[in-house]
Amino acid sequence: MVSPELAEGAHHEGGVPPPHLQEQTLNPMPTIAPLDLDAHCVAAAWLNDIPHFALADGVIHRLDHGHKRVEAHDGLLAAAPDGTRLVTGGEDGKVVAVLPDGSVELLAEVGRKWVTSVAAGPQGAVAFASGRIAYVRFADGRLREFQHPRSVEGLAFAPKGMRLAVARYNGATLHFPATEGKPAELEWAGAHMGITFSPDGRFLVTTMQENALHGWKLADGKHMRMAGYPVKVKSFSWSAKGRWLATSGAPAAIVWPFQAKDGPMGKTPLELGTRGDAMVTHVCCHPIEEIVAIGYADGMVLAARFADQKEVLLRRPGKGAVTAMSWDGEGRRLAFGCETGECGVVDISA
Amino acid sequence: MSEQLSQIPVTVLTGYLGSGKTTLLNRILSEDHGKRYAVIVNEFGEIGIDNDLIVESDEEIYEMNNGCVCCTVRGDLVRVVEGLTRRPGRFDAIIVETTGLADPAPVAQTFFMDDDVRAKTKLDAVVALVDAKHLPLRLKDSNEAQDQIAFADVVVLNKTDLVSEEELAAVEAAIRAINPSARIHKTERAGVALSDVLDRGAFDLSRALDNDPHFLDHDDPDHVCGPDCDHDHHDHDHDHHHHHHHHGALSAIHDVGVTSISLRGGEMDPKKFFPWIEQTTQIDGPNILRLKGIVAFADDPERYVVQGVHMIVEGDHQRPWKEGEKRESRLVFIGRELDAERLKQAFEACQA
Repeated sequence: MVSPELAEGAHHEGGVPPPHLQEQTLNPMPTIAPLDLDAHCVAAAWLNDIPHFALADGVIHRLDHGHKRVEAHDGLLAAAPDGTRLVTGGEDGKVVAVLPDGSVELLAEVGRKWVTSVAAGPQGAVAFASGRIAYVRFADGRLREFQHPRSVEGLAFAPKGMRLAVARYNGATLHFPATEGKPAELEWAGAHMGITFSPDGRFLVTTMQENALHGWKLADGKHMRMAGYPVKVKSFSWSAKGRWLATSGAPAAIVWPFQAKDGPMGKTPLELGTRGDAMVTHVCCHPIEEIVAIGYADGMVLAARFADQKEVLLRRPGKGAVTAMSWDGEGRRLAFGCETGECGVVDISA
Repeated sequence: MSEQLSQIPVTVLTGYLGSGKTTLLNRILSEDHGKRYAVIVNEFGEIGIDNDLIVESDEEIYEMNNGCVCCTVRGDLVRVVEGLTRRPGRFDAIIVETTGLADPAPVAQTFFMDDDVRAKTKLDAVVALVDAKHLPLRLKDSNEAQDQIAFADVVVLNKTDLVSEEELAAVEAAIRAINPSARIHKTERAGVALSDVLDRGAFDLSRALDNDPHFLDHDDPDHVCGPDCDHDHHDHDHDHHHHHHHHGALSAIHDVGVTSISLRGGEMDPKKFFPWIEQTTQIDGPNILRLKGIVAFADDPERYVVQGVHMIVEGDHQRPWKEGEKRESRLVFIGRELDAERLKQAFEACQA
């Protein structure tokens, strides 16, 4: 259980922690290339080593030898990186793939209803949700529909095999889109919103409408309750090799251990980057080391290391909450975006 | 930071099929009033206007898994409002149209219970459209019709041209009996002034009662007495032929279900009042549809206002008591199976 009374350690009133981490991976003086845009940043992603920023107005910005932009939607609601492309869904009922050269490929269209979630799967498959239907579009353009009795909230593909998980009211549903097999139902009372598989495929975790996570160990269906957050959990990120799951929803990044056979059951999470004056709104784990970038409601970004809880400031507070972050493949640069449109790239290797 | 973004007002529009909701929505979307509205509808259906800001959404009632029986929210609204408010410059206000049979409580509760929705938006008013011709039958055969009126801050009594003067008076009295504090506007073809349904601030504690200075006050010319009005004449066997009321017709229309209970007292002791209102909303919450009130606390120079939806109750100081203003406390409960005598005694026991 996360206690609202947070543990000792760094406690930053008003702000700026001392940059005391002296490591090559976390240089105390990172440089920031700001990109000030004018709409809520829904997602940040690296495609072909080029940082992309997907904004709620439907425009995708990228920093590729200068600032370039392409309009993908009239209103963008969801985005998921898929190798060298970014899959997005919008208010215009479209699902598109944005390529690093700025081209936009229409993948599907569902009419006037919003496309509220997207997920990228194996072999070029893409899943998206609109109302009570989850769709899977295969690379060859074939489309399958999965009707649900209630709204489809989050979507996630399993790391291996063609398996799609749908977060829904009172649980999650596992579909096997490549076969005609019956879906598997995982039940837990309450509304499940976001969803993610652990990278080893052993666990399925959802974020809920109440301030909690729920998890299932897929081998035996065992439940995991991760509760006690002061606000709703809206961001989660698996650490390198899936050993930890970092989450937002508290004035610290709450990081659950998943190394053990039963995941985090009976264990206490780490609380990293604890602040007295701002909630964590976004988290993004480093691709190689056990470090998490933590974005706060005031726009500050810290990096914190799991092993010794050391922190370094990556960005000072700005105008609004951090809503998107993404590390490049080597973990040297962090792209970030905020609800106020302030975006940028932090280079920690400079 | 979020405080820079002003909260977007949300109007909830309830009403049965045929009550005139679509007509009213079309007017809101097409008339030249200088404001832009995002409208969340259940089906694009008959709205004949092509507008990017009309969002179709499946009504999703989500019960919170926290043991509270009336903690329900509209899950789809959480999602749609989040999407809309990410692009705040596009519209000035949001209108939520509910389906005819909808229980308005989850819609209203969404704006209190979800932190993100609450941060970005504020509930402006619940507006119920009712069809003067068919309301009597609806009230007899459905709880939803009663709930919609009970919940409303504004009732648009539409299609008045289809009924006689006597029928209209009876319908109006039935509405009053359920909800004595709602504003009633009588119209034909949903021709109500848009300023009477939009931007009302009915849930704004500092505004609600200023807009409606005669809240619970039977001297207001707009006020039509229901059977629960705490008038002198109420005590002497409905002997009120000096009013153009037809209380006699009431039982024919509104014989079961929702009632309102008006309480009136002197100055309250906050140490008694707060535990009581908290306990009452916890225990009777499922049966309390709305509650509103003004409280005079002993030794407190400011008026305190409270409002509630089921188990959710909130209150705040509103403004200083004016000189010469009578420092009294008034509360209205609208709900089902409420024990008027018990509430009255407990309320009076909270007096300082």
